[in-house]
Amino acid sequence: MKKIKGINDFVVKFANVNGTGSASANHLFAKAIFRMGIPVSPRNIFPSNIQGLPTWYEVRVSAKGYLGRRGGVDLMVCVNPQSMEKDVASVEPGGYFVYDSTKPLAPHLKRDDIHYFGIPFTQMCMREYPNPRLQQLLKNVVYVGALAAFLDIDFSVLKGLLNDQFKGKERLISSNVHALEMGYHYARDHFKCPLPIRLKKGGNSAPHIRESEHILMNGNTAAALGAIYGGATVAAWYPITPSTSVVDAFSQYAERMRIDPGSGKRNFAVVQAEDELAAIGVAIGAGWNGVRAFTATSGPGLSLMSEFLGLAYFAEIPVVLIDVQRSGPSTGMPTRSQQSDILAAAYASHGDTKQVLLFPATPRECFDMTADAFDLTERLQTPVILMSDLDLGMNDWMSPPLEWDDDYQMDRGKVLDAQQLDEVEKWGRYLDVDGDGICYRTLPGTHPDKGAYFTRGSSKNEMAVYSESGDDYVQNVDRLLRKFETAKKYVPRPKTHDPIPVKNPKTDLKLGALFFGTSASPSYEAVEMLAKEGYPIDTMRIRAFPFHASMDAFIHSHDLVFVIEQNRDGQMRRLIINECEIPPGKLVSVLNYSGTPITARKIARIIRETLQSDDAKANVVPLHSETV
Amino acid sequence: MSYIKPKFRHPRLQKNALGFTVADYDGAISTLCAGCGHDSISAAIRNACFESAIPPHRIAKVSGIGCSSKMPTYFLGKSHGFNSVHGRMPSVATGASLANRALTYIGVSGDGDTASIGMGQFIHLIRRNVNMTYIVANNGCYGLTKGQDSATADLGSVAKGGAVNPFDGIDLASLAILQGASFVGRSFSGDKEQLEPLIRAAMAHNGFAFIDVVSPCVTFNNHTGSTKSYSNTREHLEPMALDFVPMREEIRTQYAEGSTQSVTLHDGSVIHLHKADSGYKTDDRMGALNAIQSGNDADRILTGLLYLDPNSKDLNTNLNLATRPLNELGRRELCPGSKVLDSINEGLR
Ligand SMILES: Cc1ncc(C[n+]2csc(CCOP(=O)(O)OP(=O)(O)O)c2C)c(N)n1
Ligand code: SF4
Ligand SMILES: [Mg+2]
Repeated sequence: MKKIKGINDFVVKFANVNGTGSASANHLFAKAIFRMGIPVSPRNIFPSNIQGLPTWYEVRVSAKGYLGRRGGVDLMVCVNPQSMEKDVASVEPGGYFVYDSTKPLAPHLKRDDIHYFGIPFTQMCMREYPNPRLQQLLKNVVYVGALAAFLDIDFSVLKGLLNDQFKGKERLISSNVHALEMGYHYARDHFKCPLPIRLKKGGNSAPHIRESEHILMNGNTAAALGAIYGGATVAAWYPITPSTSVVDAFSQYAERMRIDPGSGKRNFAVVQAEDELAAIGVAIGAGWNGVRAFTATSGPGLSLMSEFLGLAYFAEIPVVLIDVQRSGPSTGMPTRSQQSDILAAAYASHGDTKQVLLFPATPRECFDMTADAFDLTERLQTPVILMSDLDLGMNDWMSPPLEWDDDYQMDRGKVLDAQQLDEVEKWGRYLDVDGDGICYRTLPGTHPDKGAYFTRGSSKNEMAVYSESGDDYVQNVDRLLRKFETAKKYVPRPKTHDPIPVKNPKTDLKLGALFFGTSASPSYEAVEMLAKEGYPIDTMRIRAFPFHASMDAFIHSHDLVFVIEQNRDGQMRRLIINECEIPPGKLVSVLNYSGTPITARKIARIIRETLQSDDAKANVVPLHSETV
Repeated sequence: MSYIKPKFRHPRLQKNALGFTVADYDGAISTLCAGCGHDSISAAIRNACFESAIPPHRIAKVSGIGCSSKMPTYFLGKSHGFNSVHGRMPSVATGASLANRALTYIGVSGDGDTASIGMGQFIHLIRRNVNMTYIVANNGCYGLTKGQDSATADLGSVAKGGAVNPFDGIDLASLAILQGASFVGRSFSGDKEQLEPLIRAAMAHNGFAFIDVVSPCVTFNNHTGSTKSYSNTREHLEPMALDFVPMREEIRTQYAEGSTQSVTLHDGSVIHLHKADSGYKTDDRMGALNAIQSGNDADRILTGLLYLDPNSKDLNTNLNLATRPLNELGRRELCPGSKVLDSINEGLR
């Protein structure tokens, strides 16, 4: 029978029951691989439930440093009888299946093309530990021990991690080490270890990862730190998965880093609002009054914030919104990932609105872009929305370390202080003195008799006086459009890479691919796969809306451009068609919206099939993506 | 269009403790209907700020949407104002006050803006005890959308077209007391003798101060049958008179022993209540609720200072917010720097 082989290049998946303490054992496993210097990307696939339902943890090991999902499972660790049938079926032919053999495996779960390793985890723990809770918790550690034998995990790294985790609690450390050893020895004694898939220390051939010493962190924590470093002082929010941990982390860091040394009082405020309308209202009120304020939410919250986003756009108030996207519409699949708020965010609100969006692809970018978002929102006097998602926000990602320039000066934008108000000849809140669409604002309380004005959502003239004159209205909204043009100068530019050389290309077409956020990693991998097959594809990673002019040029200079994203309707493709002067037929959607993050294999398959179809040869866009 | 400010009147030349005249507290000319109760409230707010000698630019005005929410344009032209969205002024006010705790915040809302679309935010504003004065111009209808019944319209009150309101009205003052508001007053737009000191006391109060002001809508809700018309309100008013003496003014007025009750606010200001009847205690929540309710039952609108807890803890205190306004902090206080970040990176390896 075939055996899948591979050093530092495979996918392990754990099938657990949620609420049983598997998360920390699984994390221990992933972190050990990370500490061995091997690129790894773990992902939680969890139900919207607190206890008792199936949950999975997928760990991709990739010497080349591919951090997106590959697709397929090489080794399944199944400790959940509920999902076993599906789990058995998901293993690649020639793969491995580790299961709890306390009960014998049902005959219908036997496949003859995969390898089985039964270990009586439950029985071993019942024998070893008197207390039922301990039996359940340490069972997870026992299977990690077995994996250490199967995959050749450095035992001292595992011990080091336990030491870090339970610092000073010797009893906990020794009981965990004991459980690890139990699993390890059982596997060694009963099976041939290690397996043909295994780890090798320092076996990292990914140049981009070797360059800098990486960290393992999730995007939400990184965004929270970005808010701390960006100088945010007011955070308002309403709990919603998967964004909750953004404000949780912000609060925790702020408690440590934002206490006034003299008085011991807080130099920040966190408000858990009654709903998302109030959450963004608080942030807008704070932004109006001159602090850096933000809120974090997910799809349903974004919908509730829509009216206020329209106000903030029209009344030109700085505010940062972190949208950690999940599957919609409505509650959809609240614990599953998607990139499906693109259109709702870009055009959030009634009337003519356009919002500035940022698309981070790594925790490092979550940090940088959140910090930058505060400069941007104050410079542009308009909301800035960070478009993260569950996959990026809640999973641990290998990321270049966070860096900070101590010479950084906040860009507070065009705000006049009392002295400037005295010096300026004529001031009007909405006078476009500089011609960039951005006007000078003032803050309440600044000057005894200059600079006061009325902020309103209704129309006004340049001097901020209420006006229903059509000319005043048109002048104002046209200026807002000019400001949106100006935004292109400030938002992060798209990223391109040198094309991968292809010896004997199978196509004459000039091919391109556009993607963003968590679709980027698997897209890069798919592009490399396709290059080997003879399909050269140039790439551009979108990092912001409004789009940079170079994106138009990119689309114009290619015959066919794949737009890779994670939603049903090809929302980014539609946004591009709406906003750019390009022939829509050139853009072909590559979509995944099942709720689990898109895989490199799926991207490669869709692109390959498109290119092999007759339509593509005739440079005609397949029908399914023609719906605009 | 109505003019709330007669151009030549002697008192307008008088100066307050800061040397401002009342004209320094004027706003733009009102565009509300002539005779609208809301204009009287605007005038009362202006006079209260003048009398209390608050520098105009140190006041921030916030409102929602409605005729009432337009009011902030018509007073304090030297103050910043924010006319936000319908029913959501409380959240905007919360954020603004967190950003700069050193300003005085005046929120103006309507009964639609507060008791319907904004009920959730209103209740939570009380719950958080945001340090501000919140005035509802209560006309029992939606003025700006042309006279529909609001949630404070009284049971049985008759709309202009003759329809009888079949629902019980929401009593905002009782609701505020129940939810723990630390300052609750009620007044009538036409009673400036009572309304002005009440607003002054509200602004001096440390915490959330709520004033429900019956303010007839002359265009849509001022006919016989409406319980919020001028005539009906005047007839059924049961006012408690009061005076407000700010901390820095020596007490010149003398009151007859036994006829007044004095309450000292957090900042040292004093409110003198002149009791028609004896025994009303402003610090008695149950008593206040009872008095309002018995008033309602007897078709009397009890007005005055209904409840006060001078020692309430406001949101800033509960959040342990630094004394220096957050909007004065810069990079030095806010940004932890690269060394701290390096150690965070270290913990993630
Ligand atoms: C979201 C939203 N819904 C509806 C409206 C329309 N609207 C404007 S004012 C108003 C009612 C105002 O009533 P109230 O607060 O009592 O103010 P009044 O005009 O009576 O002073 C309504 C429903 C709106 N502006 N926004
Ligand atoms: S419609 Fe009513 S509430 Fe509105 S301005 Fe006229 S009188 Fe006042
Ligand atoms: Mg009303």
